[in-house]
Amino acid sequence: MNEMKLISKRFGKINPLSIDEYIKFDGYKNLKKALSMEKIEIIDEVQKSYLRGRGGAGFPTSIKMMGLAKESNKEKFIICNADEGEPGNFKDRYLMENDPHQIIEGMIIVAFATGGTKGIIYVRGEYQKSISLLKWSIDEARKFGYLGKNILGSKFSFDIEVRSGAGSYVCGEEFALIESLEGKPGRTRVKPPFPTQSGINNKPTLINNVETFSTIPTIIEIGGANFSKIGTPSSTGTKLISLSGNVKHKGVFEIPFGVSIRDVIYELGGGIENDRKIKLVQLGGACGPIIPEYMLDMIIDFDRFEEFESKTGAGAIIVIDERFDIFTILLKVVRFFQHESCGKCTPCREGHIQLGNLIEKFIERKAMMQDIVSLESLARVIHQASLCGLGQTSPTAIISSLRYFRDDYIDRIEHPKRG
Amino acid sequence: MILKEILQKYPKKDDQLIEILLDYQSAKSNHYISKEEIIEIADYLGIPESKVCSVLSFYTFFSVKPRGKHIIQVCKDVPCYVSSNIDILKIIETELGILVNETTPNQQFTLEFTSCLGCCDVGPVMRINDKIYTHLTADKIKAILSEYRVNM
Repeated sequence: MNEMKLISKRFGKINPLSIDEYIKFDGYKNLKKALSMEKIEIIDEVQKSYLRGRGGAGFPTSIKMMGLAKESNKEKFIICNADEGEPGNFKDRYLMENDPHQIIEGMIIVAFATGGTKGIIYVRGEYQKSISLLKWSIDEARKFGYLGKNILGSKFSFDIEVRSGAGSYVCGEEFALIESLEGKPGRTRVKPPFPTQSGINNKPTLINNVETFSTIPTIIEIGGANFSKIGTPSSTGTKLISLSGNVKHKGVFEIPFGVSIRDVIYELGGGIENDRKIKLVQLGGACGPIIPEYMLDMIIDFDRFEEFESKTGAGAIIVIDERFDIFTILLKVVRFFQHESCGKCTPCREGHIQLGNLIEKFIERKAMMQDIVSLESLARVIHQASLCGLGQTSPTAIISSLRYFRDDYIDRIEHPKRG
Repeated sequence: MILKEILQKYPKKDDQLIEILLDYQSAKSNHYISKEEIIEIADYLGIPESKVCSVLSFYTFFSVKPRGKHIIQVCKDVPCYVSSNIDILKIIETELGILVNETTPNQQFTLEFTSCLGCCDVGPVMRINDKIYTHLTADKIKAILSEYRVNM
């Protein structure tokens, strides 16, 4: 099995600092093509492509675009969510560091199609290299007339600014991100209204992930219908996978949807270091399910992942071999969310502390059967009673581990620590 | 750089708060925002001090206590943990003679945890100021730290 490089085709082939090299490698030609199309035609192509958001939730991109296009406000914001903070994910960093102009081109095309007037790229504060590369690239694009007033001689004007996060995972959630851009703590808002109706400064706002914007030029180039033939019926196109953990070759790989997790780990990742056995694989990142080795033949697909009552996540695969204890891993996951919870919803703020305490009992071999019941019910309460994606997805690791690694839990109860 | 010079670069709009705090904190050698500075920033933007404080306490980048010249952050999440045979934190703690969340007596180093730095393919990693160090080993950590000590 090989990679299918559509949006990572320029990785390592061009100098990311050079706009000339980007232009020579098909850069900004899709913007020119888009500017010659009717706005509704562009949205139609995205609809035909059946592109779904690459940030984790998988929401159809064309619906967001349509939503923004029909708003009549004079000011409309296009925001690129580059607050990649999910442990195990680094594909957005690769996109920003290897092909920053592709993101910018995608944003300009979306802005043109939807009437967007101002663009913002919100990059997590930890990604200083990405921030300086993007700022440099935006200046270059402005010099070449791709950004600013009357882009390429058209009536369309649009500009982009880069803003930095300040160390907060939850700001990757769309309303938390908007609050942060307004200079406030990143705590989400109640939906509806959705950002396309009332986002930053209560103005219509479209927020997409870095990878989603990066895919737009390809859709304009090959057409929505052709794009939709790649992948599976429910998940079209390609996906960047961040592969990490105990594999031989870690890194970012681009694959068409429908490839099995086993193929990614063994064919692209070269298998496990020292040919050890796999203990568990976490999918999507800290917010994703934990699965055992025998489930690795499942394919990467939005619908397939719904059985975990969770989202696909942004495409991380974290491989953990037999040397590691599942409860130590789970404790790290839970403590991560405990730290990153914004504190607005009680189940999320207090629940993660208690989940951690319960997992510690299993680590110390002091747990009882009742603790399994408590873990399960607490995880479900956090999942159901939290306002934003953090609390809704954070218990997935616990819930899936209770399903697929129940024997590990029982073993700890049946073999308590003596004395 | 003094706070007034930094403030003048920004429009008096409350959405500039985080940018101002980031900019000023990194310009200061002890990387923190003092009580007096909170008042000055709030006055400049025309917002209550409580609003500045709520942002300072929410985001992990900010500190209201003096820190060292160099801030060392160690990733504590799963991908780095499973990529490592050594206890990165322990090695740095021993080397510097401080525990996590402490500052060396000579005000040169502060040691902190960080959430995932998005470098899971080259872990284990740590960040010193804005620079990320990858594929850490015990020897590499000692070499990196001594470089910072020489440049003191």
